[in-house]
Amino acid sequence: MIWRVEIKEKEGVFDALGERIKKDIIDLGLTSVSQVHIVYVYTIVGDISESQIKQIGRELLADSVTQEYTCFSPEAYIFPLSKKNIKIVEIAHNPGVMDPVEESTIKGIRDLGIPTVKAVRTAKQYHLKGPISDEDLEFVVQKALANKLIHHVVIPENVFPTEKEIVANGQACKVLTFDLLEADQKRLTQISEDGQLFLNLNEMKAIQKYFRKLKRNPTDCELEAIAQTWSEHCYHKTFRGNIRYSCTEKGQTKTKNIRNLLKSTIVKVTQTLDKPWCVSVFHDNAGVIKFDKDTNVCFKVETHNHPSALEPFGGANTGIGGVIRDILGTGLGAKPVCNTDVFCFAPPEYSFKDLPTGTLHPKRVMKGVVSGVRDYGNKMGIPTVNGAVLFDERFVGNPLVYCGTVGVIPAGKEKKKVRKGDVIVVAGGKTGRDGIHGATFSSGELTSESEVVSSGAVQIGDPIQEKKVLDVLLEARDQGMYSAITDCGAGGLSSAVGEMGEELGARVDLEKVPLKYQGLNYDEIWISESQERMVMSASKKNAEKLLALFEQENVEATVIGEFTGSKRLELFYHGEQVCDLEMSFMHDGIPNITKEARWAPPKSREPEISCPKDLTSNLLSVLSHYNVCSKEWIIRQYDHEVQGGSIIKPLVGVDNDGPSDASVVLPKLGTKKGIAISNGVNVRYGMIDPFWMAASCIDEAIRQIVAVGGNPDRIALLDNFCWGNPDKPDRLGGLVRCAQGCHDFALGYGTPFISGKDSLYNEYAEDGKSIAIPSTILISAIGIMDDVTKSVTMDFKKAGNLIYVVGQTYDELGGSIYYDTKDALGMQVPHVDVKQGRKTFQALFAATQKGLARSIHDCSEGGIAVALAEMAFSGGLGVTALLKDVPYEGKNKRNDSVLFSESNSRFVVEVAPEKQKQFEKLLSEVPYGVIGRVEESPEFVIYGLDDKVCVNAYIDDLKKAWQKPLQF
Amino acid sequence: MSEKKSPRVLVLRTAGTNCDEETAFAFRSFGAKADLVHINRLFEGTARLSDYHILAIPGGFTYGDDIVSGRILANELRLRLGDDIQDFIKARKLIIGICNGFQALVRSGILPGDLGVKSQGEASFQQTVTLTYNESGKFEDRWTYLRLSGKSVWTKGLEDVIYIPVAHAEGKFVPRDDKLLNKLKKNGQVAFRYCDEQGNPAAYPGNPNGSIDDIAGITDKTGRVLGLMPHPERHFIFEHHPRWTRFEKKESFGQGAQIFKNGVQYVKEKLLA
Repeated sequence: MIWRVEIKEKEGVFDALGERIKKDIIDLGLTSVSQVHIVYVYTIVGDISESQIKQIGRELLADSVTQEYTCFSPEAYIFPLSKKNIKIVEIAHNPGVMDPVEESTIKGIRDLGIPTVKAVRTAKQYHLKGPISDEDLEFVVQKALANKLIHHVVIPENVFPTEKEIVANGQACKVLTFDLLEADQKRLTQISEDGQLFLNLNEMKAIQKYFRKLKRNPTDCELEAIAQTWSEHCYHKTFRGNIRYSCTEKGQTKTKNIRNLLKSTIVKVTQTLDKPWCVSVFHDNAGVIKFDKDTNVCFKVETHNHPSALEPFGGANTGIGGVIRDILGTGLGAKPVCNTDVFCFAPPEYSFKDLPTGTLHPKRVMKGVVSGVRDYGNKMGIPTVNGAVLFDERFVGNPLVYCGTVGVIPAGKEKKKVRKGDVIVVAGGKTGRDGIHGATFSSGELTSESEVVSSGAVQIGDPIQEKKVLDVLLEARDQGMYSAITDCGAGGLSSAVGEMGEELGARVDLEKVPLKYQGLNYDEIWISESQERMVMSASKKNAEKLLALFEQENVEATVIGEFTGSKRLELFYHGEQVCDLEMSFMHDGIPNITKEARWAPPKSREPEISCPKDLTSNLLSVLSHYNVCSKEWIIRQYDHEVQGGSIIKPLVGVDNDGPSDASVVLPKLGTKKGIAISNGVNVRYGMIDPFWMAASCIDEAIRQIVAVGGNPDRIALLDNFCWGNPDKPDRLGGLVRCAQGCHDFALGYGTPFISGKDSLYNEYAEDGKSIAIPSTILISAIGIMDDVTKSVTMDFKKAGNLIYVVGQTYDELGGSIYYDTKDALGMQVPHVDVKQGRKTFQALFAATQKGLARSIHDCSEGGIAVALAEMAFSGGLGVTALLKDVPYEGKNKRNDSVLFSESNSRFVVEVAPEKQKQFEKLLSEVPYGVIGRVEESPEFVIYGLDDKVCVNAYIDDLKKAWQKPLQF
Repeated sequence: MSEKKSPRVLVLRTAGTNCDEETAFAFRSFGAKADLVHINRLFEGTARLSDYHILAIPGGFTYGDDIVSGRILANELRLRLGDDIQDFIKARKLIIGICNGFQALVRSGILPGDLGVKSQGEASFQQTVTLTYNESGKFEDRWTYLRLSGKSVWTKGLEDVIYIPVAHAEGKFVPRDDKLLNKLKKNGQVAFRYCDEQGNPAAYPGNPNGSIDDIAGITDKTGRVLGLMPHPERHFIFEHHPRWTRFEKKESFGQGAQIFKNGVQYVKEKLLA
């Protein structure tokens, strides 16, 4: 029996979700839509009577106060036809796409005492009112309602799928071997391309050589396993390989060979600094540092760019889900306590007609990405406390989505060990055809065909499944039921089991892996990237208890194999061996390559701009710049207070809407010790020089933590490179330079890197032309704070208090927002003087610990002008300030350069007059100036170098300019 | 105080619960013994509701808020634990549902409870009010002022206007009809209304979701069962306040703490004395 139940709002009830869809449609420029109603459709299969289906409608599916339900059998149902003034379209998930509602509905029906339900499918029917043409409807479906990678429009004949279609959806299994032994070069390349293996010719030759030695051909599964292990995504070939780097500066070119860029820059910082509080760095899923005597904290930031380009909701959703699993799989498992997210998009007003083929509009990408993060983070109960959003046209085909998670783990639980004879347990979600080739797909460029070829790489997450796993996992960890754990991320079981079994070897019986549906090939089971799965190693004695513990909370956990001691990867499918490889070949057999890298400064010049007498309108434009403006629309959609540890929120000030620097979180309730989380990211500096981009991003991440009262000596960093194609020497040259910057300035500030990530091949190719993203480094920072009650926020507190600028301002408008509002880039990118920066950070830290600073804000994009404006309108107070008292160094000294220069290591600080002496005593070795006073009257008045007013505005107008651009 | 004499709080967990630890922490801070109990333990009988004095259903996204928020948990409460909950209420014990917990209490009909207005043949647990989608159509985390009314044991000694955050997508309070709303008001069952800083009625975002009559929380007729959308456990310590750095005088507790203190105090005075 098959039933269709339709749920809709009762007459007169406000359809809030329908209204939101209407807004999205109007956003597309289709203003003829006057109303949108949504009908929620459940197709229910099973031996269910008419009275039972009515009970399901009444007691489960409809809210009796606001909604009504109607049940239809196939005979009784007539698909409503679109009429002149009302268009009707029904959208459903494609078969095999995760829809957590289906599983919940089955549970809900069984809870009603109806065990005969077999399957549920959901769909949404949209009723759009207004004079809408068929072409308009098609446009709306494509641009707002559906993504063809995961949805389809239901046609009337297919409203009731056959039971077979719903219950089982898979194809028959087939076994394949590849004739590699006899293959010539052309054939080798073709095998790699056809199989979406993204292995280059050298690598294919190495594989050929290996199998010639074995005198047999590889199975498909073996090739897949090698391709996954050797993928850029998993192996980081570029960072670990050899680079021939030539650098041109001041007309001179120097060339040098770099062996292992990662080890010679990022890792070297940490080794040189050798901080005793670094507990576990670089070798696990996340970096671990000491928190207090019995707890450590760990931090990891991941990227999920390519999937987010194709399906923004699903890409971001599984991005955050994936980094949370990294934390669950760190050591013996950590508890996530907060998230951070940084996005880069093309500007939201990008014209539809200029969009490259196959790309989604940036506004849709942005809304989808934000929704995806909201859905997963909120449902996991992890506060999203920090982030940033940047815009540049070149992110159009390839947005960046960085997701990070901080976790806490009991001291001593950061070590894991796989023991010979341990069984392999997989727990959590079932395995389906999701995300096949995700790891290899992200190791190549995106093209207009990516959406067709790689659609399997798109996934939707199931956060509640992951929450269930988390709940049990921490309990099992504390009971010592397993000795090692890792997550299934890119590369699926292949990566997880492959890594865990690297030393000992592993045997897996693939038919034991629980499947979402029948018909998966064994190689698909092995490399599927289905979400919400963790892999553990447990002794045979503990395994039974472990499985029982999971079962207690309705989480599926299964023994799928054993860590053998054979040092081989042995895979079986129903007793037949489908893979037999030496672990040493998998992990060390990749041929070493040397890539070419070149760097030369761009041909840009300082623009010739005259300085206007009145800079008020310039300040308003800078405040309205997408990179500077308020992100409240995004922040409010994230739960940033769950878990009860929110001390400094992302929004602060008299109206709870000012932009906080770092966020402060208490990971252990009832204590005062906290963590501060911040990030530094600025793509415009990288367009001039990636070396100084790295320097500025490190400085920014540190100074934000110092601004809230964090200790500069207890800060750890994460590096996260998003770059274009590293096989192109110019792209790789910038990458090398950026990594060198990371090394020099992290070392200079005494802030070790504890973990990192690189995402390369961020390019979008169309018609043979390739758009690379602006090269981007994200520096994420975590600081340990002994007493969170000493935290400081950025909003001005009280009229009459003194305003200080601490730190030297230079003529550094290169890459500034001010220049960008004038369509210029410039060359004088901000530099960093670590000696001076350290002194400034130390002085301000001392001031916060002594309670001398009422507010502190770091100067970053928009310089002193933006910092002052934000502090004023966030505090609801006015400002009088004199530019001549700003400590400044540089030949070119003008009102605009003083106000908008983005020099590093600077702060604006508010100090009560009675604390002046004490505060200045701390600044003996730091440049500073008392530049003005906080005023009761809501006027923002700045006197220029000639003592004439150069900015004069009401703080409300400044705030409006800052809030308006991203208020959707 | 001996273990036996401590007020005992059952903080209910199931798939997707996520405010359980901070809710337990709030009760423990006032001397209660709070256990996080998975609903499966109540189904199997390895934990018993009758061993506890307070049932707290915390915030979260039980079962993903699939279908509508709190629905699947509500059916579990109604169909599988209904008798135990009836007995619990009859024994003059306390129930609090916060956010998703409130949604489950409302969808199961435990709140506002039997008002004597049911039509013939209706079960004793019958949904009469709802919490539906915010008028903004989206999830929002923001701080709200709440004006106190009613006479619940949970709200004794609270200031007239308190400041507590909401974080939900489905929090718009809608009663079945005006008759029912009037009954709630007459019975003193409205516990909290969204308002401005002075306690006056407020439009969005003061009323963050479009709730009818600005209702943010209600009780049953006895005042011993409380449900509310805002999260009192998120204004439990002074430093939870979004503007604490602006205040000269520091206190130890936030404005939501009294609610938990009241619950524990009630048990000590009325159930354990």
